[in-house]
Amino acid sequence: VCFIPGGLDCSISFVSHVLGKVCIHGRQKEILGVLVPRLTELTKSDCMWQRICWRLLECVPDRWVEAVVLGFVQRAPGADVLSRLLGNLVVKNKKAQFVVTQKMLLLQYGHTTALLQNLLGYLALDSPRRALLLTVLQELLETWGSSSAVKHSPPEQQLYISKAILICLSHLREPEIQSCRQELLSSMMEGVKCHLDSNLPQLRRLGMVVAESISSKINTEGPVLKFEYEEDDETRELKSLLVQTPPLCLPDDNARSEKAGAALPLVPESNKKSQTSASVVPDEELDAELDSDDDLIPYDMSEDKELKIKAPVYIRDCIEVLTGSEDVDKWEATVKALESLVRRNAAATREVSVELAKILLHLEEKTCIEGFVELRQRAQVAVLTMDPIPVSKYLTSQFYSLNYSLRQRMDILDVLVLAAQELSCPKFHGKTKHSGAQKPRVQLLPGSDSSKDWRRIVDERIKSKTRRFAMGQRQMELASGPNEFNSVAGHFFFPLIQHFDRPLTTFDLLGEDHLVLGRLVHTLAVLMYLAVNTVAVTAMGKALMEFVWALRFHTDSYVRQGLLSCVSSLLLSVPAELLLADMTEELLETQCWLGDVAEKDPDGDCRRLALQNLLLMENLKKKLESGPS
Amino acid sequence: MALPPPDPQFVLRGAGAAVHTLHFSCGGQEPNIPVLFSGSENGFIHVWNLKTHRVDTVLDGHGRKSVCCVETMGGKDRLLSQGRDQRICLWDLAEGRSAVTDSVFTEHVGFCRCSLLEVAQGRWLMAMAARGLEEVQVLELPSKTSVCTLKPEVGAKLGMPMCLKLWQLSCDSQPLLLAGYEDGSVVLWNVTMAKALSQLVCHQEPVMSLDFDSEKAKGISGSSEKVLSIWSLNEQQNLQVHKTHKLVNAGISDVTIRADKKILATAGWDHRIRIFGWKKLKPLAVLDYHTASVHCVSFSDHRSPRETLLAAGSKDQRISVWSIYTQT
Repeated sequence: VCFIPGGLDCSISFVSHVLGKVCIHGRQKEILGVLVPRLTELTKSDCMWQRICWRLLECVPDRWVEAVVLGFVQRAPGADVLSRLLGNLVVKNKKAQFVVTQKMLLLQYGHTTALLQNLLGYLALDSPRRALLLTVLQELLETWGSSSAVKHSPPEQQLYISKAILICLSHLREPEIQSCRQELLSSMMEGVKCHLDSNLPQLRRLGMVVAESISSKINTEGPVLKFEYEEDDETRELKSLLVQTPPLCLPDDNARSEKAGAALPLVPESNKKSQTSASVVPDEELDAELDSDDDLIPYDMSEDKELKIKAPVYIRDCIEVLTGSEDVDKWEATVKALESLVRRNAAATREVSVELAKILLHLEEKTCIEGFVELRQRAQVAVLTMDPIPVSKYLTSQFYSLNYSLRQRMDILDVLVLAAQELSCPKFHGKTKHSGAQKPRVQLLPGSDSSKDWRRIVDERIKSKTRRFAMGQRQMELASGPNEFNSVAGHFFFPLIQHFDRPLTTFDLLGEDHLVLGRLVHTLAVLMYLAVNTVAVTAMGKALMEFVWALRFHTDSYVRQGLLSCVSSLLLSVPAELLLADMTEELLETQCWLGDVAEKDPDGDCRRLALQNLLLMENLKKKLESGPS
Repeated sequence: MALPPPDPQFVLRGAGAAVHTLHFSCGGQEPNIPVLFSGSENGFIHVWNLKTHRVDTVLDGHGRKSVCCVETMGGKDRLLSQGRDQRICLWDLAEGRSAVTDSVFTEHVGFCRCSLLEVAQGRWLMAMAARGLEEVQVLELPSKTSVCTLKPEVGAKLGMPMCLKLWQLSCDSQPLLLAGYEDGSVVLWNVTMAKALSQLVCHQEPVMSLDFDSEKAKGISGSSEKVLSIWSLNEQQNLQVHKTHKLVNAGISDVTIRADKKILATAGWDHRIRIFGWKKLKPLAVLDYHTASVHCVSFSDHRSPRETLLAAGSKDQRISVWSIYTQT
């Protein structure tokens, strides 16, 4: 029961019922669109209306509370408004508490950042609600730090939770942070570990940003945790959440005055600096005046640069310099010149190819050269393309050997892919107009997310296939060259696929080293793709299909994306007739599996790739049904 | 807009081997021909006629061992040459002769060039590295009597002497010797008393060459590192570092100050000759002609300043002759 000015008694509960019923039927937008602004107006200064509003909401029956509260939180323009409208509803009503603290934060993740700000700001504004804020933070951190959540929940949800954590942190005051410091620290440590273990760079970055923020909050003096990562829009947005800029709250005034205070000391310093520089100049001028008979005019000395050391001209000399020489200048010059030397002297390279490959695989940076990693990789690719069979034999055998670092094994994979790409594409660059259709652009730089490239390439390939019917004549004008990858595709591919399930003491593909497994799978996908029109393609396809089948339930999403890319390459490269003739059963089984993945896989990219594969299979069927031409 | 550096006035070819040392003799009056002496790695000394730019005479006196130093003793008729056959030869070149009149056996196997100073009419002092590892011997020429032996104190660890310069402030003052050593230090010796007056560490690497301006009591030294060091001598005969100058490329084989004390030239391992103003070591020019390390630079002693030349000898067997900053 409440009273309106004028002395009239009235019961609000009927209105609550109506409101609840309307909201549950999905008409939140219409009714709250009118109601919320009106209430905002009314409750601004009139606490009577505030009480009415609270009463209104308290009387909504439990089964409709969720819809109403959700609607209010979504519509309220700010945390303070929400506070006026809802009052201490979350404390009094159990259902509302559940909706606000559990459902909207942990079970749903589609809401906007603004909504999160409103929600958490609302919790922070009043002291009975602040206790809830702390519990909320703890639960969020628990979720953030649990390794199974990191592995199985979609990246979007993880982003949502990270944002919520950061906003909570921004609202916490010093004494509160002190009281829960220990828990913050322990959850941060656990959470960081799971995040850094992930294969997806986005998740790693999320973990790093949140950990840095937590660390900066709990260690206000002393060294703070700092990671190295590339800044992008997402990280910048996340970091901006840490700093609260509410328009009317008190803490903000403190922050503003702090900033003003910080600005003031800067100004006198700059004044001082300009003074000292001003005093230095007159001295120099004085010196110059005394120098009256120094009238010798200098000549132009711009050509005077550092002397360049000549690199060796013979490949065997290069080998000598790289393995033994103490002369660092010569070593540097050799590293820079090696790739072009290898490419120009094919016969000489072939004599020492395996030795060179060995030296390059183990070559470490002796001095600080710019782009050392790239130079080394390009030299390795050059050696591999000049003499593919022995060098690929060497490299693939080393991939499965003991005592190599993960970095070296991934280097081997990168080099194999780049060389395969070079061997398979025609050498007539620049003359083709439709270069996108002819040359696959696969850039497997370390750490990049190749699944994005894959979608683009698969799309292009599909486009190119369909284009051929209409523009058949035009295609014939383009120059073509022999596909050199043909004779060596098998040498690149089969050794890599051979030993994947045989663990070594330092290298276990199916166990801890799932990052390398992911890269291996992607590499196999690319090699399969580049092997189109080669003789070995069917055998490769069958082997790859078996491989994919064995690993299809792997828990790591990066590996699954790779497996789906393998299937795409398979479907694109192996000629349709051979696919259907040799691999019918496998294709049918794969189709079932792909359907499953497309519906149930937690990772968005996996689902997309599975759909794409299903599409390709459909196209294949259609093409065959339309009859051989 | 600064002008591009000048080209050599002419280039002398025909030495046949890397040129290690150069010395002009152009002070004579007409009809004396200005002459340039050069010593090469094949043991020959070429006498170049600066009017015809051709070799007038070839002197062979060091058994095909490299000639590291040539100096004239009062005109171009008397020549002193030092070779790596451990001999210093005195030549009589008057009236077309080319005979070795005397020689001194130095027993020194290093590269240190000797230094000559005329103390009285017909009397010379010559400082040279001697048999002992760190010793410098001073002889009087032409009598070949030893004046003193300058030995650093035990445990000084200076290494071999690398370059020497005898000088005196005026005709009656005591002769002094500046010696640059392998450990990078320069020592000032009093020759008459055979005592070291001052020692200064100028470089981290061996001192390759030095030159001294007795009027300003300022000297410069070059080393195998990237730094030129300028030092001065104060009233108490103490050496102190005045300033250092950083170079683009490491390695200086020779440094020499022109007689009018206006400019100096350095010969670099980076194939370039650099010219600086002596007053404040202002870089003036970089002469880039040679294709191998430049071993020596020398200014001519022409009477008229307009005709002054700079010659540089290099490992590429050529001698470039330049006319630079002659207007002042």
